[in-house]
Formats: sequence, structure tokens, C-alpha cells
Amino acid sequence: MRTLTKSWDDIFFQFLVNAFLLTLMVAVLIPLWRVFVMSITPLHYIDTKTLGLWLDPRIWSFEAYKQLLSHPSFVRATTNSFIITLGGTVVNMLLTVPFAYALSNPDLPGRKFFITMALIPFLFNAGLIPTYLVVQKMSLIDTYWAVILPGAINIYNLLVMKSFFEGLPDELKEAARLDGANELQVLWHVVLPLSKPILLTVGLWYAVGHWNEFFNAILYLNDAKLQPLPLLLRNILLAANINEYVEYDAFSSAPVSAFRAASVFLTMLPIIIIYPRVQRYFTKGTLLGGVKQ
Amino acid sequence: MRRIFTGGGTMIGITKLKKYIGVQISGNQQLVYLGRTLYKYRWLYFMMLPGLVYFTLFRYLPLWNAQIAFKSFKPLLGVWDSPWVGFKNFITFFNSFYFTQLISNTVIISLLKLVLGMPMAIFLALCIYETAFKRLARFVQTVTYLPHFLSWVIMYGILLVMLSPDSGLINEALKAGGKDPIAFLYTPDWFRVVVVGSDIWKDTGWSTILYLAALMSIDPTLFEAAAVDGASRMQRIWHISLPGIVGTIVVVTLLRLGNILDAGFQQIFMLYSLPVYSVGDIIDTWVYRQGVLEFQFSLATAVGLFKGVIGLILVLTANRLTKQFSGSGIYS
Repeated sequence: MRTLTKSWDDIFFQFLVNAFLLTLMVAVLIPLWRVFVMSITPLHYIDTKTLGLWLDPRIWSFEAYKQLLSHPSFVRATTNSFIITLGGTVVNMLLTVPFAYALSNPDLPGRKFFITMALIPFLFNAGLIPTYLVVQKMSLIDTYWAVILPGAINIYNLLVMKSFFEGLPDELKEAARLDGANELQVLWHVVLPLSKPILLTVGLWYAVGHWNEFFNAILYLNDAKLQPLPLLLRNILLAANINEYVEYDAFSSAPVSAFRAASVFLTMLPIIIIYPRVQRYFTKGTLLGGVKQ
Repeated sequence: MRRIFTGGGTMIGITKLKKYIGVQISGNQQLVYLGRTLYKYRWLYFMMLPGLVYFTLFRYLPLWNAQIAFKSFKPLLGVWDSPWVGFKNFITFFNSFYFTQLISNTVIISLLKLVLGMPMAIFLALCIYETAFKRLARFVQTVTYLPHFLSWVIMYGILLVMLSPDSGLINEALKAGGKDPIAFLYTPDWFRVVVVGSDIWKDTGWSTILYLAALMSIDPTLFEAAAVDGASRMQRIWHISLPGIVGTIVVVTLLRLGNILDAGFQQIFMLYSLPVYSVGDIIDTWVYRQGVLEFQFSLATAVGLFKGVIGLILVLTANRLTKQFSGSGIYS
């Protein structure tokens, strides 16, 4: 009798737990799904019953996507975003990896000083305007460098990478040094091949940051030719009249709401495609930094 | 300079060296010694060079520029030659009508996010841990982590699809129920609800990572022993799972309290508008408007500096408390 009640208890418990999980999952998916449905809704289509959550596949219209993808300013913004993401991530890694490797060497004279030097700006940020003045003074405004250089080293990423390098076994490095390798060769031939997980994690964090970047672009890129995708998306979403940013064909068969939804969907598409494949690297990296103790 | 040498592990400090060989080393010899050490580690210094240039230009030069908080900055005169005005900019801010509004908006929004978001994340972590369907658990993790990677521009687009008065899902439902649509983003009564709600939607999944890691590290034999003793599911959660993650909960809370003045600049910047300034304007958005839109560089810098100093004190306090609590700090 006792075991029977207990198992009923268990079943009820499992029912509640899984019901909650499913509810939460649906709550996350519904907004994303509705963005997609709105983006393929044709002009003058009104259906109050489905609340825009369902659309008969026979009337799906990809007109908004067709227009966006063939529009010069959309193509240019996408190109800019790819340039900033790729170029920015390369710069990030070129600066972060060697610096983290040097700091990870316990014998480096002045190591404490350099670590403190990296920690101070991490704890105390000078703020928006003082950084803006530097970028302005260096005449970086309206160049890609303005959105790449100010954040070239993320101090948190630097520290995570440093502690990963510290955890690697010393024997291999020592052997290479005895064979006459200099530190650059040790880093390249010994350390980096052992560090693929951390390189991927940190590289991906940097890349996502660049892809999503819009605030520095607002500050530093006034030239419409240089503006990245999130900035164009912001303009499309905020503008009372989207013709200011992308000429919207009044005779087209896509409503403005579909046009907006399609731009949202296209901007998040790279993340939706890439993220599930690399999810474990993100999780790993967060734990590396988060539960150091 | 001397301390630097005693810091290294295999290096012998100069003072130690003197004692060891029992002779006085001249200044000249010290220089030679310094030169040799620098030469020995030349590759490492070479590798640090780009990073050092970066830190100087983009991390320390802004700190130097922050002196304009105590000056009346004139672009033509530059940072150094602009006239000093003491604490005038700070006093202007403290006496302004906005001071209490900005501080309270910032703190209230931060606290609401913490108090409402955290239990949600803990609850989700417990459910993911407890479910018997591990595949479902993995799928739920993948789906709920995803919004963490979307920018606030994309989030704004998604929120329009859900909340806009003419085509948003919730307003369509209201209209279908015979009610009037609500302009959620432009109504002061609703704005904070949207801010906190969208933050929870975006980051609850991602915040479970730390709690899940803590749950995974609980010794499974504890659960088995409790089951043998006849403890119910709820008792096991209450007496084993929760005590197992209480350390993580305390550390996360302290860290979030340390960053209480960061209420989410990019989010508010994307979502707010003039009608909701009274409930949504935070320190960071105000600094942006004063500095970038109104060209009040000195005033904006002063307010940024004020926020930085308070933030530093809070973070250091939080770190000290964390150290006491868990035996090791976050930053050391």
C-alpha cells in the first residue's frame, strides 16, 4: 500500500515538473514563432481567430524577404555586420590570446603589476563620455575601427583565458623550451592546440557581441554606408515611415508589419542557426569563469 | 621595482640574492640584472605589447579624461586646458529634480529583476534537474538559453510583435475579448512590467546554468539514502537540493546587489520613450542623453563617475562578503 501511494506521488510530481517545463518552452517559442508567421503574412490578410499564430501554408507570402534581400541598404548593412563581426573577432583574439598567455606564466617579472593593471578598469569604468573623447581624438569616428578597437580586450574573457592556460600541464611547455623554442613558438605549437575549447568559447562570445552591437554603432558610425544590421533594424522598427531607411514599395504585396517582422527574423537567423551547434562551448565557458571557487 | 622581482616563483629577489652571496651589489649590477631578466622574458613582453597599448589608449586614457567631471569642458581647449570648477557638476546633479527619480528608477528596476527573476531561474533549474525525461530537459535548455544571445534591438522587434497596439498578440487577444488595446511600452503603469518581464523571458534559461552546475555536484548517494529513509520528493528537494545550491544563490545575489546600479542600459535605451521617463529613465540613459544628445560632457562624466564610485564600493563590499561566505572571492 505504501509503495503504491508513493509511486502515485511520484507520478503527480513528474506531471507537474514536466508540465512546467513544457509551458515555459512554449512561452519562449511563441513570440519567436509569431515573428515568423507575421513575416509571411500577405497584404490585407485579416484573421482574428488565430491571433496571428497560424497561417494556412497555401497563402504564405515571402514577398517581404524578397524585397529585403534585394534591397541595397539591407545588403550593405548585412555586409557591414559580417565585416565587423569577422574583423572584430580576429582583432579580439590577436590581442587577448597572447596577453592572457603572458599573464599565465607564473615566472613573468611584473606579473602582479600587469594583472592589477587589467583589474582596475574591470572594477572601475570611466564611463561613456571619457571613452568617446578618446575615440574622437584618434579620428576613429566613421571607421569600422571605432566599433572594433574600444572593446578589443574584454577583461572578463582575458581572465577566463588566463586561468585556462594556467591549468595546462607545465611539462609540455618545458620540453618545448628545452628544445629551444621561444615563447611565441610554445604558444603556437604547444598551448593553442590544447586550448581549442577555450578559444572557441571566447571567440564565439566576441563574435556574438559584435553581431549584436548597436550602441557603439549609434555613437561612432554616423555614415549610413558603414552602419551594421542591428542599426538598420532599429531604424526600420522605430521609424514612423520606413521609407526613410529602406524604400518600401507601396504597390508590393507585403504589409509593413511583415516587412518589420522579416527584418527581425533575418537579423536573428545567424544566431538561431549557429547557436544550437555550439551551445556546449558557451555553457562550458560560463562555468569556467563563474564557478572559479 | 624591487618588489617585482620577489613576486616571481623561480626568480631570486635582489634582497635575497644579496643575503645569499653576502656581498653588496652596486646599482650598476642591479641594472645589468634587470636587463638580463627583461631579456630572458623578452618574448612574453613582446606578446604583451599590443595589449599594453590597448590598455593605455582605451582603458587608462578614458580614466585620465574623466577629470573633466571636475572641469567645465570646452572642446576647443581640450581636456587638460579646460578650467577647473571643483564639485560644481556633482552639486548640479545632486540638486536637480532628476536625482531622486533616476536613483530610485535604477534601484527599483534592478531589484525587481533580481527578486522576480531569480526564484524563476532556481525553479526552472530544479525542474530540469528533477524531470525523468532527460531528452526533454536538454531540449528545454537549448530553447530557453537561446534568447540570451539576442540583442535588445531584436528583443524590441519581438516585443512589438507581442505588444504593439495594432497587431501585437496580447492586444489582439484583448480585442478578441472585447477589451481596449493597451500601449504597453508607452504607459507608465505597464512599462516596468514590460522591462522586468522581457528580462525574465530573455535570461531565465541562461541563469539556470550556475544552479544546475551546483545541483550536479551534489553527492547522489544523499538522495538514495534519503529515499531509503522514506523521504518524499518534496522533502528531498527541501533538505538536500536547496541546501546544495544555497551557496550559489548567496553568491549570485551578492554579485547582483554589487551591480545594482546597472539596471540594463541597452534594454531601457531600446524600450523607453518620453511618456515613460518618470518610471523608466535610469542613470545610464540620462548620462547618454546629457552627454551625447545635449553635449553636457562634464555633467554627464560627473554622473558617470558618481555611479562608478558607488558601483566600485558596492562590488568590493559584495566581494568581501562573498569571500567570508565561501572562502574565496570572485576577483582573486
